[in-house]
Amino acid sequence: MKQITATGENVEEAVQSALEELQTSRDQVEIEVVDEGKKGFFGMFGAKPAIVKATLARNPVQDAETFIKEVAEQMGAPVEITTDVNDRDVHMELTGNKIALLIGKRGQTLNALQYLTQLTMNRETDRFYTVILDAENYRARRKETLENLASRLAEKASRTKQNVKLEPMPSYERKIIHTALQSSRQVETFSDGHEPKRSVVIKPAK
Amino acid sequence: MKALIETIVTPLVDHPDDVEVAVKEENHKQVYHLTVNEDDVGKVIGKNGRIAKAIRTVVYAAASDSEKRVYLDIM
Repeated sequence: MKQITATGENVEEAVQSALEELQTSRDQVEIEVVDEGKKGFFGMFGAKPAIVKATLARNPVQDAETFIKEVAEQMGAPVEITTDVNDRDVHMELTGNKIALLIGKRGQTLNALQYLTQLTMNRETDRFYTVILDAENYRARRKETLENLASRLAEKASRTKQNVKLEPMPSYERKIIHTALQSSRQVETFSDGHEPKRSVVIKPAK
Repeated sequence: MKALIETIVTPLVDHPDDVEVAVKEENHKQVYHLTVNEDDVGKVIGKNGRIAKAIRTVVYAAASDSEKRVYLDIM
């Protein structure tokens, strides 16, 4: 978070100089008065400058929304966003006419956008936010697909008694597979390889 | 397309003024060349090129309608 200290003859001037330095307006910062300063006699004796601390107030969630809207618009697929913030988990639902363009093949565009949004959001904050972007219930549908895939491949692994390696997936998709097969007695799961090519392996239980 | 690349990259870097995108037209492709401040190179490439990959994914998706093939060069 960006924070500066500024001085001036009185509080008002100190605030002004802080705003100039941060190149922003009054409603974007939080001001903390460190010292109100003293005028002194005839501005000569005992004069003390006023000191204020100005913190640039950022709203990461709002930044993220603006970011997505601008990017989507320039991609030719403008969106509306419904945001749900739960502590550090931010869930954003995108709606628009050309949403398929934003999802991409196997959600790769949505995932890329999600990653970039998360970077943008966390660049200037002390708190780390996790962002999930969703569109047309894509995540829920994908979860169902992955769970079906998991049970099908688990069956294959235990039938052939060989490890089955899935294609590389982002961590939250791998987690869906692990979770889906956690209670299975026929197979065990683990992840292999390095990001971004890390993938789930389903191994028949001994 | 140029504006899109700038919109994506600018919030990621410390020196937004140094973000530059040059366009080069070739026969069957359009090459966009992105340059950023030296200190910011890592911020647009990322570990194992993860950020660069994400930027390309979004840019190429946006270019899926265009007739010419689009490439994005970084640095």
